[in-house]
Amino acid sequence: MSATTAAALRLQLRGFCRHYASGQGGMIGLLLVGLLLLAAALAPVLAPHDPLVQARDALLRPPGWPYPLGTDDVGRDVLARLLYGARLSLAVGVIVVTLGSLAGTLLGVLAGFSDGLVDGIVMRLMDVLLALPTLLLAVAIVAVLGPGLQHAMLAVAVVQLPAFVRLTRASVRAERRREYVAAARMVGSGRARLMFRTVLPNCMAPLIVQASLCFSTAILDTAALGFLGLGAQPPTPEWGTMLADALQFVQSAWWVVTFPGAAILLTVLGFNLIGDGLRDALDPRLKR
Amino acid sequence: MPTFVLSRLGMVAITLFGVTILAFALIHALPGDPVELMFGERGIDPERHAQLMAQFGLDRPLLEQYFSYLARVLHGDLGRSLVTHQSVLTEFLTLFPATVELAVSAMLVAVLVGLPAGIVAAIRRGTATDYGLMGLALTGYSMPVFWWAILLILLFSVTLGITPVSSRLDVAYYIQPVTGFMLIDSWLSGEPGAFRSALSHLVLPALALGTIPMAVIARMTRSAMLEVLGEDYVRTARAKGLSPARVVGLHALRNALIPVITIIGLQVGALFGGAVLTETIFAWPGVGKWLIESVNRRDYPVLQGGMLLIAAIIITVNLLVDLLSGLINPRIRHAA
Repeated sequence: MSATTAAALRLQLRGFCRHYASGQGGMIGLLLVGLLLLAAALAPVLAPHDPLVQARDALLRPPGWPYPLGTDDVGRDVLARLLYGARLSLAVGVIVVTLGSLAGTLLGVLAGFSDGLVDGIVMRLMDVLLALPTLLLAVAIVAVLGPGLQHAMLAVAVVQLPAFVRLTRASVRAERRREYVAAARMVGSGRARLMFRTVLPNCMAPLIVQASLCFSTAILDTAALGFLGLGAQPPTPEWGTMLADALQFVQSAWWVVTFPGAAILLTVLGFNLIGDGLRDALDPRLKR
Repeated sequence: MPTFVLSRLGMVAITLFGVTILAFALIHALPGDPVELMFGERGIDPERHAQLMAQFGLDRPLLEQYFSYLARVLHGDLGRSLVTHQSVLTEFLTLFPATVELAVSAMLVAVLVGLPAGIVAAIRRGTATDYGLMGLALTGYSMPVFWWAILLILLFSVTLGITPVSSRLDVAYYIQPVTGFMLIDSWLSGEPGAFRSALSHLVLPALALGTIPMAVIARMTRSAMLEVLGEDYVRTARAKGLSPARVVGLHALRNALIPVITIIGLQVGALFGGAVLTETIFAWPGVGKWLIESVNRRDYPVLQGGMLLIAAIIITVNLLVDLLSGLINPRIRHAA
């Protein structure tokens, strides 16, 4: 990369950052996700107890000392489980979005560059996936693969495919008519180079926004599967699974049902705020 | 218009065809022996195993099996539940009204709150009202439905004791199903208190299920209104001296509603997804709870048939929404 393009890129990046920072929502989102990262990174330091150790003399203790957020029905520290759960949620988000966006972008570029058969098959396949509610499709996939966190993540990644495929295909179709693409073809760029080096970088803005929004749905859907008993299995400190275990204590122990859900809400809210902020900053046309 | 309708119908047919392949693949992708899966038995003796394989055509080529499955589906035969041995279609039709009642109520709540909230936020753009409403909408949009339902139970049922926690009606009443919709049936029964009981059972699940569509509708209405309010014809209407209420209510809203209607249609799928969680929590006897139970019981024919039916319903609703927006907005049908 030459010095001028690097400078231009830096300038662009600075403009983007200023744009992003001017939106309050985006900054609140960054703060929430920052806290989540901190909780995940420092879980072993911050957690007062082991998330899996059962204190048989302290079942369903209300919040207080030495259990700041109380204990669950087998005497495990709720705070420790939430902190370790933050690690799982982040991992789920990263893995699901990576899988979904890579596969989705690849299929989308292929469909966008091919006319006729490949495009038709890929897009009809996406129509079929879209015909089912996302959660139900994920449930069906997990039913086939068997319950467990890995299968749940895979299912949620499949569910997210259509959004990435459609978005990539649409931007690729718009870009490939541009003159710079014709110019690159003229100087002899091959098909693969045209796809991934020439066109794809110019389609990244909506994909980045989509990825950040998918982070939140990935965490939400995986937690929902955990809640239904199809995701992470006990005693894993996954937030959705924790809620499922706690459901029977709604009437007696409010702390076991409120805190894991609040953790999910704040995490999802954080990623949604970042997604909205990114969209406003990257694509001013969409700002309303 | 006719070509528009035909092209949409063609797409729907292709998608439905694809869904049957997916539903078929669901059973055949399962690890393990198909006979054991289909009959929920283990260690079937080899002779009977071979007989069942032949009887259900499981020994024939996959493509042939698929086409015979497709033929059965087209004749309305979606198989039988392994647990109850009832036909999947019958079970679905028995439970479906409960889900429709819940979903329609949820959508009603969502539209009645979401639409005005979006309009107000758009009119008061940039004020504290706007930020407050949109902050709430984003929170609702980020809400884990299963937790939200628990919070509602915690507040309204456990703490305040106003609403019941589960099912559709108090056990003290027995209502002969007429329409399958509890609100209507309990009203028709004329039993004192039955309608009230049905309504109080419906409130919390409808609120829980309606929250995400409510947030989506509020956000969509706001942005659609803002776009329309900036148009020339709105400025003209204002310049003519029309009252603000008339400008917003008549000129702006009518055009802003087009994308909102599309979004409402698209939420039908999300409602089915949310119903899986809401029905499970509130023990609401609908198709969502039925499907989750079928997964836990490994009742694969139910899962297969249920998925197919739900996909068909969602595809049909999306088609209707498409046609409706084509009818309202000529630009859409000419673009197709």
